[in-house]
Amino acid sequence: MIEKAISRQDAHLSLVHLVIAFVALFLGAVAGLLQTLVRSGSITLPAGIGYYQLLTAHGVLLGLVFTTFFIIGFLIAGLSKTTGTLTVKARRLGWSGFLLMTAGTILGVILVLLNKATVLYTFYAPLQASPWFYVALTLLVVGSWLSGFAIFQQYYHWKKENKGEISPLLSFMAVITMLLWLIATLGVAASVLLQFIPWSFGWVDTINILLSRTLFWYFGHPLVYFWLLPAYICWYVIIPKIIGGKIFSDALARLSFVMFLLFSIPVGFHHQLLESGISPFWKFLQVVLTFMVIIPSLMTAFSLFATFELTGRPKGAKGLFGWFKKLPWKDARFFAPMVGMLIFIPAGAGGIINASNQMNQVVHNTLWVTGHFHLTVASSVALTFFGISYWLIPHLTGRTLPKKVHLFGNIQTILWAIGMFFMSGAMHVVGLFGAPRRTAYTTYGDHPDAVGWMSYKVAMAVGGSILFIAIILLLGLLSYLAFFAPKGSEEFPIGEAAAESEKAPALLENWKLWIGVTVFLILVAYTIPVINMIEHAPPGSPGFNNLW
Amino acid sequence: MHFHKYEKIWLTIGISALVLFLTIVGVSAFAGGHAPPSAHETLDPQKVNETAPFNNPGLFKVGEKKYELVMISEAFAFTPGNVKIPKGATVTFIVTSKDVVHGFAIPHTNVNMMITPGHVNKITHTFNEVGEYLILCNEYCGIGHQAMSARIEVVEQ
Repeated sequence: MIEKAISRQDAHLSLVHLVIAFVALFLGAVAGLLQTLVRSGSITLPAGIGYYQLLTAHGVLLGLVFTTFFIIGFLIAGLSKTTGTLTVKARRLGWSGFLLMTAGTILGVILVLLNKATVLYTFYAPLQASPWFYVALTLLVVGSWLSGFAIFQQYYHWKKENKGEISPLLSFMAVITMLLWLIATLGVAASVLLQFIPWSFGWVDTINILLSRTLFWYFGHPLVYFWLLPAYICWYVIIPKIIGGKIFSDALARLSFVMFLLFSIPVGFHHQLLESGISPFWKFLQVVLTFMVIIPSLMTAFSLFATFELTGRPKGAKGLFGWFKKLPWKDARFFAPMVGMLIFIPAGAGGIINASNQMNQVVHNTLWVTGHFHLTVASSVALTFFGISYWLIPHLTGRTLPKKVHLFGNIQTILWAIGMFFMSGAMHVVGLFGAPRRTAYTTYGDHPDAVGWMSYKVAMAVGGSILFIAIILLLGLLSYLAFFAPKGSEEFPIGEAAAESEKAPALLENWKLWIGVTVFLILVAYTIPVINMIEHAPPGSPGFNNLW
Repeated sequence: MHFHKYEKIWLTIGISALVLFLTIVGVSAFAGGHAPPSAHETLDPQKVNETAPFNNPGLFKVGEKKYELVMISEAFAFTPGNVKIPKGATVTFIVTSKDVVHGFAIPHTNVNMMITPGHVNKITHTFNEVGEYLILCNEYCGIGHQAMSARIEVVEQ
């Protein structure tokens, strides 16, 4: 059976997002490679390029540009696949969003390259970038809102056309993902529009530091779930189809996504555990709320492995773990996300450590944290995105995924895992010894502690180099799939729920209820501390733009 | 909503572990006194040099083997940059920033906190082993960030 691809127009919109995503991935990877080489003392940068300039580029391009563009491209294709060709209105919103985001990205990258915005990806005040850098961030965020509206519009259209029916699982998950993004980015938008832009243009003299940090982390934590949820979409919806099984439970999948929306938004203080001005009670309350996301994570883990086991059994799997051998390990569409899932087990455990009231003290701002998010976003999420690209790109370009690409794709995944083992492993260990993150080559005047860290930094550079080779291989494979692979049609795999699992209750699509609960939790977690930050604020800080 | 029997067991164990864990963390913070550094004093970040106690940074003995170390962080140095204390000394670090956000960490100890301008932050540690401890800035503060450090020498009495 030849499967019908999504409409050409929608495919085009999705593809342009993926192109920007992978260009950003390449540029960010070059910056990443150079950083590991500089930190280990292997090279010094030529032509006056600064280490922190590269670090800013790396963070912005990979943390914001690669992820956001890839996610929106993937969700648009998924919506078109599950709810039908986009409405004219949705497609227009999608293109407007794309253009704004691209304009913001180009402006931002130019300012970073000109060394006018070496404030890192977190742009903590009172380091003050060129005001246009904040304008660029605004364009990127507002553009992504329009893309979110495109997805809401398409979902709303489907609901109207199919009154009383439960929406396709993927479209439901896409709506939650963009809803989470929208609510989360309100924090950073408020900070940029009301604090950073007036202050950097010189309209006001000073900025409230603690408030800006709080608004940033109100966004910064849900951001990690914005990266993760699309990977979960692949694990929940795409993987069951690829392995020839069924989704364990449609209703529980939806419930876990609703819980991610509720519990990932109202937390951010655990990134600020070690700073003054916030009382220990409010910090602890947010630590508790942070940990609630463990529940949907456990549900997800159960569902995925249940799917694996239920798929393996009819194929003759025996014993407790016999299903493991029945999985399609040679299929690159499966192997990359599966390795991502396995890496997510230690990665999640590390996250629990980071968010803990006291253990955070040991690892805060050390390379451990860098190691942690290279396992989460740069492995679990990135490998899943690579796995999606192997079929999504040929699906969109009207080509197929040949066998040899599966082979090279799997080599790519293995290289990635090995590179990360060295890089992230060394970061975790040396972080426990106290080596700071976000720091160029240094031995602190040959202090024995810092000298002792150097061998780990060499291991990081070895890992970084392997990862860079893996990126080149990936980009080669994706270019082949986009331009040279045999013409034909490649499947967009969408799993179906197991026959015996019950229908999702309509309550799960009661958006008023879930948005209401989310807003309530946000108000509980933030109202009093934020009032405190404004009422008991010290005199604000002037900007510092001469420190790099 | 229907949960599979095994999933119920799985979630019950998981959620119980979560409750236990959070209880330990909470008791340790509020009964054990291991709350994270959260000092509440504020000051004008542009007038650090004129504001007590930062108008006179340095090490002060406040009791038997008890010290206060008043420190200023600024791009790219800590003042004072070199401090000598006897073995067994309990030091309360009282730190603020004159310019941007800095970090304050001492490897091999649990001393680790953020220094944000306009705020004072405090942390206490007892140094039970002799040696040369490194204080380093672990939050990016500009081009000289990797040089920003200070030393504490812990010596035999």
